[in-house]
Amino acid sequence: MSATEIASPMLSLEQRKRSRNVGLSLIFLALVSAFFLSARPGDAGFKLVESFTLVLPAQPFAQALAVVLGALGAVQLYRGFGKWTNAMLAFATAMFVVGFLAWATSGGSFNLTGMLQDTVTRSVPITLGAIAGILCERSGIINIAIEGQLLGGAFAGAVLGSLYGPWVGVLGAMAMGVGLSALLAVFAIRFRVDQVIVGFAINFFALGLTSFLSQRVLTPYPEYNIVKPFTPYKVPLLSDIPVIGVVLFTQTYFVYFSIVAVVVTTWFMYRTRWGLRTRAIGEYPQAAGTLGVDVLKLRYRNVWIAGAVAGLGGAWWPIGTVGRFDQNITNGRGFIALAAVIFGRWHPVGALTAALVFGLAEAIQLKMSNLDTGIPSEFLLMAPYVVTLIVVAGFVGRSRAPKAAGQVYDASK
Amino acid sequence: MKRWFNILGERLNRISSLKLTFLAILSALIVGALIIVVSDIDNLRDGDVIGALSTVGSAYWALVIGSFGSLRAISNTINSSTPLILCGVSVAIAFKAGLFNIGATGQMLAGGMTALWVGFAMDGPGIIQVPLAIIAGAVGGALFGAIPGVLKARTGAHEVITTIMLNNIMAFLILWLLKTDLFQREDRTDPISKLVSTQGRLPRLFGFLDGRADLIAHIGFIVAIGAVLAYWWFLKYSTTGFEFRAYGLNADAATYAGMHVKRLTVLSMTFAGGFAGLAGAAEVLGTYGYASQNFAGNIGFDAIAIALLGQSTPFGTLIAAILFGALQAGGRQMQTNSDVPIDLIIVLRALIVMFIAAPLLVKTIWRTKNASITAGQTFRGWGS
Repeated sequence: MSATEIASPMLSLEQRKRSRNVGLSLIFLALVSAFFLSARPGDAGFKLVESFTLVLPAQPFAQALAVVLGALGAVQLYRGFGKWTNAMLAFATAMFVVGFLAWATSGGSFNLTGMLQDTVTRSVPITLGAIAGILCERSGIINIAIEGQLLGGAFAGAVLGSLYGPWVGVLGAMAMGVGLSALLAVFAIRFRVDQVIVGFAINFFALGLTSFLSQRVLTPYPEYNIVKPFTPYKVPLLSDIPVIGVVLFTQTYFVYFSIVAVVVTTWFMYRTRWGLRTRAIGEYPQAAGTLGVDVLKLRYRNVWIAGAVAGLGGAWWPIGTVGRFDQNITNGRGFIALAAVIFGRWHPVGALTAALVFGLAEAIQLKMSNLDTGIPSEFLLMAPYVVTLIVVAGFVGRSRAPKAAGQVYDASK
Repeated sequence: MKRWFNILGERLNRISSLKLTFLAILSALIVGALIIVVSDIDNLRDGDVIGALSTVGSAYWALVIGSFGSLRAISNTINSSTPLILCGVSVAIAFKAGLFNIGATGQMLAGGMTALWVGFAMDGPGIIQVPLAIIAGAVGGALFGAIPGVLKARTGAHEVITTIMLNNIMAFLILWLLKTDLFQREDRTDPISKLVSTQGRLPRLFGFLDGRADLIAHIGFIVAIGAVLAYWWFLKYSTTGFEFRAYGLNADAATYAGMHVKRLTVLSMTFAGGFAGLAGAAEVLGTYGYASQNFAGNIGFDAIAIALLGQSTPFGTLIAAILFGALQAGGRQMQTNSDVPIDLIIVLRALIVMFIAAPLLVKTIWRTKNASITAGQTFRGWGS
């Protein structure tokens, strides 16, 4: 009997398998560092602030990384890390990303702080989309329509923002999100349509309608499609902290909105009556209904709020970045948000973490095209997705959805 | 207006599900017409409601003419439907086993590339080369589709995440492949592949009509019909198909009855990938004759709507795919004839799916009685 089983005899077969997968994945990453990342000599410069560049010798760093990851993997396989597993994983993944960046930049330098800032910026629509997904699914409504809600929000934000200024644009985007989510709510709750079907139909509806209107109205009348985007707002004092000040506190309002959304959602979901009831109707609506919770009303409310959050996320495109709407501008980010919901195990903080990972993937892609690594850039561009695949398969494993998600609630049952 | 609705509704009092479908499509067209009128800013500014309404008329007429109005239109409809049918079956077969295949796009790209490779690397007689290339496409797609199945069976990684990631991976992989010497066309610098040899192209469906080069439909359509029949046979008569249905309906019961759930997961994703791979082969070998970066377009996503609309049944999926294909072909005509953007058909597709999925709504709008109301769940939800 191995040490793991003695330490916690209640571990199921599933958990032991996951634990083994984590160990094997770590060893895999160690091998990648040992044989692949250490193949390029030279120093990698990470520019942190204007006056200071952190210089990392790529080759020794990769070798050290291989040893550390290998050791962590061995310990994981031998006895596991118990409650420290997640912290250890976060550390290992972060170090691997640093090693990867050192490998890619060796012999050159690049602006690390700028990339981290970009990561946070780009995670915004994914975070807000994922929060929308969580709000719906925790109450038992599958929200596949995140993509459509983001797209609708982006369109409304662009048009209203052009006509009446960015703040009206943000409100309009949220209203559009609520409108589209109300469609989801009415069809799923009132007309009892399969939630996946109506969600997908809303995606198509939003894609078709915004593309149609964009061609038919915005192209001939470009004055409806030019927004003055928000400029980054420096939080007093906090933005003066080196590195962190730039990464977290010199951002557009959207980043602050999304942080607030995560905090408030977490607090509501786990510390308020509303949250307790929401989780109850997502797991076992019949029981909650018997105890006097108005299941349908609560679901309506959750879906509406989710729509407002997703619409806000959609407004990020025209008002937070480019200042205009283009056809299919969201380009699948709603589905990435869906992946973030599952990746983050239906928890707001988990979803934020996942969104940051995907944001990092996008930010790295932009940098990678400028670096000369001797490897076709396409492989570097797909690397984040391969890593996500490995992480999901090796580390996250099976995730458990709210039990009643997708089911029609019938009080008479 | 409302009185007319009531009268029409009473006429259709005893309503069958066919009539319900008809009413759903009619409702979608009416909403679509509203959207055309409301967005017709030029005419509305002049207060020219008649002008706006005539735009609707010419747009919808072009939809009909462009999809079924001539042999050429029918050929276009068939051509647009072919990959939609195959990808629709791909998504449907995964749904049957309770899995959500968002990865048809990537599987289609994978299948298309393997088929393409056989298509230009081999220089044999068409009768051998074409079937080989098609099979290669199916195998390529199946292998790529098997990845999320294996990952799910072995580690529990959710197929929604893995298929989306694999789509992205494939998109970059294909970009790289198309720039390698093996695939890139000799005189080009952009990512575009060599041409499939003439014998390697799928024969045209209307090849017996000499001198009609505009009839682009190819025998990929027959492959697609064959795939639908195979799917039908598989569900109805094979043991594995029965296990699929049992597993999709109730995974716990299926496990208790001794079915190998992991095997079913891998198998269903493999089959799904195979069908999507066939779609890729049909597009590359039939429609284009070469591969470009995004020859899969949005077909993988359209296919999800198709499978949902067809409730994952073989013939439902077939009809839904032909409907979508007809809208696609008609939409191009509409854009040329009436400068209503082709994106309208995406809206129409969405509305049709919504109205067909919500019989209760259609019933409420049209005040019909006795409609049989079926509200079910195609997809088992997020749970493992």
